[in-house]
Amino acid sequence: MISMMKGLTPIVKKVAQLMSGIICIYGIYIVVHGHLTPGGAFAGGIILAGAFILLILAFGSEVIKLRKEETGSSISESLSVLATLILAALGLLIGSKVFFNNYMPKGEVGELVSAGAVPVYNILIGIEVAAAIITIFLALIIFKEEEEER
Amino acid sequence: MIVYFMCFFLFLVGLYGIVTRRNLIKIVISFTIMEFSVFLFFALIGYVENGKAPILTKNLPENPVFVDPLPQAMVLTAIVIGLATSAMLLAIAIRLYKKYGTFNIREINNLRG
Amino acid sequence: MSNLVPLYVILPLASAFLIPSVGRLVKGFQKALLSLVLLFLTAMTFYIIFSGLDQPIAYAVGGWEAVKDTPIAIYMVLDGLSVVVLLIVNLIGFLATFYSISYIKKYTAENNFYALLSLMIAGMNGVVLTGDMFNLYVFLEIAVIASYALVAFGIEKTELEASFKYQVLGGIASLWILFSIGMLYWKTQTLNMADISQILANDTSDAFMIFTQILLISGFGLKAAMIPFHAWLPDAHSSAPSPISAMLSGVLIKAIGVYAILRLFFNMFALTYEIGMVITVIGTLSMIIGGLLAIFQWDMKRMLAYSSISQMGYVFIGVGMGMIILIRGGETSVAALAIAGGLFHMINHATFKGLLFLNAGAIEHTTGTRNMKMMGGLARTMPITSTTSLGASLAISGIPPFNGFFSKLIIIVAAIQGQFYLLAVLAIVISIVTLVYFMRFQRFAFFNKTTFSRKVKEVPFTMCFSMVVLVILCLALSLLIFPGVREVMLTPAVDVLMETTNYSSTIIGM
Repeated sequence: MISMMKGLTPIVKKVAQLMSGIICIYGIYIVVHGHLTPGGAFAGGIILAGAFILLILAFGSEVIKLRKEETGSSISESLSVLATLILAALGLLIGSKVFFNNYMPKGEVGELVSAGAVPVYNILIGIEVAAAIITIFLALIIFKEEEEER
Repeated sequence: MIVYFMCFFLFLVGLYGIVTRRNLIKIVISFTIMEFSVFLFFALIGYVENGKAPILTKNLPENPVFVDPLPQAMVLTAIVIGLATSAMLLAIAIRLYKKYGTFNIREINNLRG
Repeated sequence: MSNLVPLYVILPLASAFLIPSVGRLVKGFQKALLSLVLLFLTAMTFYIIFSGLDQPIAYAVGGWEAVKDTPIAIYMVLDGLSVVVLLIVNLIGFLATFYSISYIKKYTAENNFYALLSLMIAGMNGVVLTGDMFNLYVFLEIAVIASYALVAFGIEKTELEASFKYQVLGGIASLWILFSIGMLYWKTQTLNMADISQILANDTSDAFMIFTQILLISGFGLKAAMIPFHAWLPDAHSSAPSPISAMLSGVLIKAIGVYAILRLFFNMFALTYEIGMVITVIGTLSMIIGGLLAIFQWDMKRMLAYSSISQMGYVFIGVGMGMIILIRGGETSVAALAIAGGLFHMINHATFKGLLFLNAGAIEHTTGTRNMKMMGGLARTMPITSTTSLGASLAISGIPPFNGFFSKLIIIVAAIQGQFYLLAVLAIVISIVTLVYFMRFQRFAFFNKTTFSRKVKEVPFTMCFSMVVLVILCLALSLLIFPGVREVMLTPAVDVLMETTNYSSTIIGM
């Protein structure tokens, strides 16, 4: 059984380093262009998480470092959802005073900066989905490592 | 019409898997198959003859015919909910393995009556 | 006042995500935040009830107005029925949170408990308030996934197994509900409940619609724990920590089971005789089988779980009888009486079943066991627990002046007036059976000879506070019978169900 601490062979490590950068940029592209092309927050968030998970699988880590990562991703997940809720609740104060109002200026159809608050929601939820998947993955890894230690 | 019956048949395949399999992980996989059949059903509902993908671009022809976008939005949301359900099932399954030492549901039956 | 409606969903959802992030830094933050949020929501619900709703508030999320008289936004609707269920959810939620301030100390991950509890309450508030079919499914899943995690909270063998069984069965029910939402969309091309009810106003008897209605009753019936879909309830409700059992059995099966069936089958679909018959028959079977199976249990919480099935049968009998009388063209006053009995019993059951589960938790907290044969003589050493437990047992068995007597009386009187004599006799018989097993519970837990070797003392203050408030509510809710008080809370809810097309015409007219 491959122990998580040592990681895999150097070929895999080098290829994972190269690929994860490309995957990360691809994920960001899908998240940001959510109002122009298919995709959006959920799909892009999962691709971003995939880049990170590839790195962890290739390199391996000590359990203590993984626990710190899990704390970080859990906090960033909570904070991004809170930012989404605050942004949606701000619609109660601005504009036509209903919840979830689209109050930012809408541009023309087809531009990158358009459609009001929809790209901002996409970015925040993309961060949240990526952080959630990373937290689930790290929780399962930490559980298995703790069980093997005993 | 046959396509919708195939969706229902896939649902029954998943249900058969939940009822007869004894391994916990196989039960989770059959549950996922059941979910996918419902997503397929939703995606098939929204089909319009000669429709294009429902994306607003700059140069649209007059009176474009789009496929119905609402079932696609529903399927996206339902996929995320299915992800959360599978994650929860698997987390409980691996903790059950740690407590009982087996994945077999015939031996995990402390609760009765 | 219509700006307050989204707060029911925003506040618990925000606190569910504030608690893990801020709770790591500040100790005791999570308990204070959740208690204050729920107290605020309960106070807001009381304010809405007492200031009266002239007509239902329909709040369009996102501000999307109706296009050529077809509603395209997701509506959050607050009318007489929603406000009653909201009151139950938030009040019992607040009392359970207050109770768990001292109860959860024996588990380790307190932060996650409060976060999951507030997610569950946000989901239930969303289910009650929404006016859109798919939004109902989304909030239903939020509430139910949080409850899966809460049932498995103390990670022992039985709790994990109970949670797995609950998850598989609950997941199948959710898939049935999703499938039937798909079939409804296929037929009507819209997801708004008011719009669907206007499109389906004439034709609801072809095979397609009957299949959809059967799937919906099966799916929501499993969430409401009716026979034959009850197999998950005894394990899940007896293995969960006690404040979560009180929330599950007292609130969850009502908010996502009974409320959804009432809203869909009275206000969305046109009333049919077959559905009324199905609801009444299932209610009768639940009442009988749940009551009879509860006699043979020696585990305290398992007995309470089976008695939940039985009392939910009473609610379904009341509502089903009202539907059948409305279809048959009988007197509307008798139908209103039957539906009022069912709704009143739903409110009462939340209070006394919540109180009974909190008592069971208090007993387990001090004595460490749930087996009734191993307890005894706790009346001297735990006075508050034993008094409140006696009050709750008398209330659930239907002894005056507690509230259970009045609600069962209304259901039996409505059964006799509507010529359902068999149901009236069965209701009386099962009421006597309920008295039997609850008196056995009282005798074994509190009034037997002491068999304990270690000292037991009364439970901490926060647990006592919740129990005392609930037993006062058990006495105070009997006042809902009187005509002055009835107009405030019960009559608007009954009117929403009786005038079945009022719901859709109010929303479409906006």
